[in-house]
Amino acid sequence: MTLRLGGGQGFYGDGRAPLDDLLADGLDYVVCEALAELTLAILQKDRLRDESLGYTRDLPLYVGAALPYIVNGRTRFITNAGGINPIAAGRAVVAGLREAGVAGLKVATVVGDDVRPHAEALGLRGDALFANAYLGARPIVDALAEGADIVITGRVADASLFAAPLIHEFGWAWDDWDRLAAGVTVGHLLECSGQVAGGNYSGDWWNNPDPLRVGFPIGECEPDGTFVVTKPAGTGGRVSFDTVREQLLYEVHDPSAYLNPDVTADLAAVHLEDLGDDRVRVTHARGSAAPSTYKGLVCTPAGWAGEARLAYPWPDAEAKARAALRYLRGRSEAIGMEVEEWCEEYFGVNGFGGPTVGEDIDHDPAEVIGRLAWRCSTPEEASKLMREVGLLGLSGPPMISQADRLRGGRPTQLLGVDAIAVPRELVDAQVQVEITEL
Amino acid sequence: MVEIQLRDLCGVRSGDKGDISDLTLFADDDEAFAALCEAVTAERVKAHFGDLVTGEVVRYEVPNVWGLKFVMQGALGGGGPRSLRADNLGKTLGGALLRLRIDVPESVAANAPRNGRRAPLDAG
Repeated sequence: MTLRLGGGQGFYGDGRAPLDDLLADGLDYVVCEALAELTLAILQKDRLRDESLGYTRDLPLYVGAALPYIVNGRTRFITNAGGINPIAAGRAVVAGLREAGVAGLKVATVVGDDVRPHAEALGLRGDALFANAYLGARPIVDALAEGADIVITGRVADASLFAAPLIHEFGWAWDDWDRLAAGVTVGHLLECSGQVAGGNYSGDWWNNPDPLRVGFPIGECEPDGTFVVTKPAGTGGRVSFDTVREQLLYEVHDPSAYLNPDVTADLAAVHLEDLGDDRVRVTHARGSAAPSTYKGLVCTPAGWAGEARLAYPWPDAEAKARAALRYLRGRSEAIGMEVEEWCEEYFGVNGFGGPTVGEDIDHDPAEVIGRLAWRCSTPEEASKLMREVGLLGLSGPPMISQADRLRGGRPTQLLGVDAIAVPRELVDAQVQVEITEL
Repeated sequence: MVEIQLRDLCGVRSGDKGDISDLTLFADDDEAFAALCEAVTAERVKAHFGDLVTGEVVRYEVPNVWGLKFVMQGALGGGGPRSLRADNLGKTLGGALLRLRIDVPESVAANAPRNGRRAPLDAG
C-alpha cells in the first residue's frame, strides 16, 4: 500500500492556487503547514484584539479548497493553522462546514502546546507574548485513530504533521526509530511547499519549466519507510536530486542529529536516487531515540524600530547616501533621542553582503539606497527621527529620490524569540484531542 | 591549484532559527566536495562574514549529498523578529557566502558544471 501525502502550504501567506493541482492529483492526506517561528506573535496580536481569533485567518479557504475531496472520503486534512487558538480555529471550521450543509465528518482539534501555565516552573518572563512547546505526532495519530477527517493543531513540529498519518496508517511503533525518522524526513521535505520543487533553487533556477506554476510536493510513501518525492503532473518547477538535497538540509543544524519530538533523525544516512521525470526516491532513513525534552519557543517584546530609506543616483551615489544617514544620526542627537541600536545599510553597494563583498565592491554604482534603522524602547521615541527625514528633501545631498512610493512609516514592534527546553511531563499532561462530529 | 569563486563551484541554501543562520553549500561530485571541505573551514567562513556574524560558526560535513553546512550563531542581528536588518531572516547570506574565493585543483574547476554558468536577463 502506497500512501500519498501532499504539502499544501509552507507558511501563513503562501500561494493557494497550487493546492488545487495537488488535490486533483489524488492525495490520501493533505498537510498545510502554517506556522513559522514568528507566526504565533502575529496571531497573538490578533487574539488580543478579538478572543475568537489567534489562528491563521485563511484556514477556511484552505478547508474550502479541499472540501470536495474530504467529503468524498479521498483525502484527509491536517494543519497547524490553529496557531495560538486551535479551539477557535476548530469552531470556525465547523461553523463553515455546517453553513455549507456538510454532514458526516469529524473535526479534531489538538490543544496543549501553550506552556504559559507553567511560567514559574519554566522561568518565563511575565511579559511573554507566547510560549509554546513543539508537540510531536502522537495527538494527531490519536485524532486519526478516532476517525478525524480534519485535524487542526497549534504548535506541532512541522515534520510531525506529515509523520502522523504514516504512523497511523502503517502502524509504526513509537520506538521504530528508523521508520519514525523516515516519517520526519518526508515531512521535512514536504513542509516548505514549493521549496523542494524548484522554488528558491540555487542552481540553474532559470531553467525551471513553467516557473510561475511551481508544483507543490507529493510524498509517495511505503510501509517500509522508503518514499518518492514528486509533484503533480502538468505543474511547473522540478523535483531533482539537486532540489531535494537543498531542502533535505534546510534549517536542520546537525544533519546527523535532526531533533524532532518523536525521534532523532540521521539525515546524513539518507540515500537520494533521481529517477527522472520529477521523481526522487529516498531510502535508508535512520533514527534514534527522541530528545529527552520538548523544544519550546518563548516570545518577548524587544523594543520598537523606526526606519528611513533614501535613494540617490550616480555620480557619487554612495557618498550622498552616507551623508544623508550621517545627517539623520546627527539630528537624533540634536533632539536628544534615546536610540539603543542603529543599523546602516547601503543597497547597491553592500546592503546585504556587508564585509563579504570585499574586493567586488563598486564605489560608484548607478544608484544607492541608504537605509537607516534604529531601535528605541517606545514607539513614541522611535517615531521622533521619522519626522526629521523631511529636511533632506530640499536641504540635503543633491538628487534625492524616494526608494518606493509606499506610504505608512509607523514604528514596528520588535520581538525576541528564544528557544527553551520543556520537560515532557508538563506538556503531555495537558495535551488533549477534542472531536466534533458533524 | 587555481582560484575559483564559490558561485562557480557550488549551490547554497540559507535558513534561519532564532538568531542562527544555517547555510549549506552543495558540491557536484566527490572531488569538488573534498576540495570544498579542504578550503572552506569554519574559521574561514567566520572571518568572511566579519561583523555580520558575532557568534560561533560550526561546520558539518554531509557526504551523502556532498553538502557542507555552516551553523552560525549571532548571525541575524538578534533573530528574525528582533533584527533591524532589511534581510532579517538572512535569506541573502547564502549569496554572501558564494562570494568567497578558494584555491582548488585545476581538475575541480574544469569539471564544475556551474563554472561560468550565468542567468540570462530574460529568465522566467
